[in-house]
Amino acid sequence: MNKIWLVTKREYLSRVLNKTFILTTLLTPLGILVFMVAVVFIMGTGSDKSKVINVYDPSGLLEKELKTRDNLTFQFSDASLEKQIGLYKDKKISGIIEVPPLKDSLASKYTYKYHSDEQLAMDESYGIESAISKKIRNYKLKKLNIDEKTLKNLDTDVTAIPVTVLNDKKISSITNVVSSVLGGIVGYAMFFIILIYGMQVMRSVMEEKINRIVEVLISSLKPFELMMGKVIGVGLVGLTQIGIWLILMPIIFFIGTAIFGLNAENMGPMNTGNIPMEQITMSSQDKIAQVFMEVRAMNWWKILPLTLFYFLAGYFAYSALFAAIGSAVGEDINEANSLTLPVMMPLMFSMYIGFSAVNAPDSSLAVWSSMIPLLSSIVMPVRLPFDPPWWQIGVSVVSLIVFTVFLVWIAARIYRVGILMYGKKASLRELSKWIFYKG
Amino acid sequence: MMNVLSLQNVVKAYANHVAVNNVSFDVKAGSIFGLLGPNGAGKTSLIRIITTITAADSGQVFLNGHPLNDLHPNEIGYMPEERGLYKKMKVGEQLLYLAQLKGLSSRDAKIKLKSWLDKFEITSWWDKKIGDLSKGMSQKIQFIATVVHDPKLIILDEPFSGLDPINSNLIKDEIYSLKQKGASILFSTHRMEQVEEICEDIVLINKGKIILYGNVQKIKNDFKENLFSVKYDGHLPDGISSSDFEIVSNVGNEIVFKTGIHHSSNDLLRSLLQQNVNIVQFNEILPSLNEIFIKQVESNNE
Repeated sequence: MNKIWLVTKREYLSRVLNKTFILTTLLTPLGILVFMVAVVFIMGTGSDKSKVINVYDPSGLLEKELKTRDNLTFQFSDASLEKQIGLYKDKKISGIIEVPPLKDSLASKYTYKYHSDEQLAMDESYGIESAISKKIRNYKLKKLNIDEKTLKNLDTDVTAIPVTVLNDKKISSITNVVSSVLGGIVGYAMFFIILIYGMQVMRSVMEEKINRIVEVLISSLKPFELMMGKVIGVGLVGLTQIGIWLILMPIIFFIGTAIFGLNAENMGPMNTGNIPMEQITMSSQDKIAQVFMEVRAMNWWKILPLTLFYFLAGYFAYSALFAAIGSAVGEDINEANSLTLPVMMPLMFSMYIGFSAVNAPDSSLAVWSSMIPLLSSIVMPVRLPFDPPWWQIGVSVVSLIVFTVFLVWIAARIYRVGILMYGKKASLRELSKWIFYKG
Repeated sequence: MMNVLSLQNVVKAYANHVAVNNVSFDVKAGSIFGLLGPNGAGKTSLIRIITTITAADSGQVFLNGHPLNDLHPNEIGYMPEERGLYKKMKVGEQLLYLAQLKGLSSRDAKIKLKSWLDKFEITSWWDKKIGDLSKGMSQKIQFIATVVHDPKLIILDEPFSGLDPINSNLIKDEIYSLKQKGASILFSTHRMEQVEEICEDIVLINKGKIILYGNVQKIKNDFKENLFSVKYDGHLPDGISSSDFEIVSNVGNEIVFKTGIHHSSNDLLRSLLQQNVNIVQFNEILPSLNEIFIKQVESNNE
């Protein structure tokens, strides 16, 4: 036990005191912030070139009015198209929009022409299209004698209010949304954390093997102690890093908000870009308040410890497997790739199942895979905000513990043989043989 | 004399071959013992069993009279042939870590390491990174790591490979002084001149089996061919070849005789003196361990 602790201490300290670790830990949240600001900035800017565009609208469909962006100036001109093309040739204008008359007032398709050798930017043409579409809509309304208000009343915003029958639990219309987002984030984070730190364990094992220090080490302690010390040490590094991020993220976010004025309103157009305006019924402030309430109403005493448990169990199972793989490969990291694939598969599957579980947390796929070890360590945490029944959690926890212990045992059997094997490229079949080696 | 290490009928088989086949030998406490054998003879397998890295399929290993157990690694110091250190770690941290893995407390380890570094006059290396050291330098660190916990049994696999003569002598002196302090050394190598020089007893294994085992001097005597070299001055009398002694070679001023089992060296000397040979030097030619090694391994392979 004491020797495991020594290995853990070395693994932990040599990583945490490493300059790269300190830098990445401190800079990653900052990097994410910069990235977010950059994305908002990039998405917010379209073509910034000022253009003067003539509009040739002989039928008066647009009623001499077209407005999209500030940098686009539209001039309505009744001059003949040839004359206007002459203006384009003289470089007085950037192009001519030709608006043909609407032949059928109920037509669902309409095309306009843009005369120019230069193409419109995506956002420019999108702006013009939607502006024209709006005009045609108004034109149609007038033609069909429909009042705008009457039309609006045809749309009905339907929201379900969940009412529990046996459970005394308060659920609101957005409980599901909040749970989904929460579950999604947790699933995604678990996947990356297990992958990143599992790989670190693998690399650490390979390093000792390539360095040839491993034979000295295992003449002092058992291979199992060395492997466990390593897994625990790297795991603690992971927890440290996540802990620091959990503290830093909100701080940096608030600082960022203060400095860049980065707020929900600014992000709004980007996030809701695809949702028609009609669907956003609540004001964003109300919504945020409700989200906070929902988040607070979650059963954190159940979710947090269980999520931590699933993380630890999943991490142990996967990183032990990564350690076994690391022991089997020599100097060539490429050799590791073919061996990591079978380990990556369940990890990838569980992440995708986790994503589908966000939409349908009670689907049989989600329920079953949240009880199957190796999958459950990611799928179950995704389902936890949706309050799965206790018996499922029980089955899942017990099976995960049993299977993790079993996997660690198997991994240790492979590891103890692998670290002393040199020069041979080990196949999966060979690895499985090592499990049964004596002594 | 007590045996620090005793192997009894040790067998270790892998999937396709028997690496150690019924090997038994004893290492006397306070001696330097040579474990010899060609590549692939099973030396490393044997050492890994002794260091508890792997377990024997059958047979028993006793350390100081007790069957090998979990506490024994702390009483063994092992320097493998393929050895390395963490490149990014500092010398001091690294030694401290390895010493603690051998059961020393951090305080004791520091004191002992300081005195070893002083002895090798490398105290200033404490904060150097291993990666910045030369091969010879890191070998010194490895040697210190092997012996810092005062092991009763020290196992050195090719300890001199890659060392210059000065550092080789330094390590050799340390091996002797550790022996003086009561440690026993199991020494594995291909280089026979070193074995002849430092080992008292040897075991020679080939294909997992012992083919030779015993005291170095005794083995050499067992394999001697009764050859004597005589260096002389002036001329050799004519009829010398017709005597009882066969001349093996006669080059320059040195002549090599082979005496039969019925004659002693004194008989040869007496005969030469009677013939008025002006003897400058007279000595028996004992086979070198190298010759014995090659002969034995070759005849064993046939």
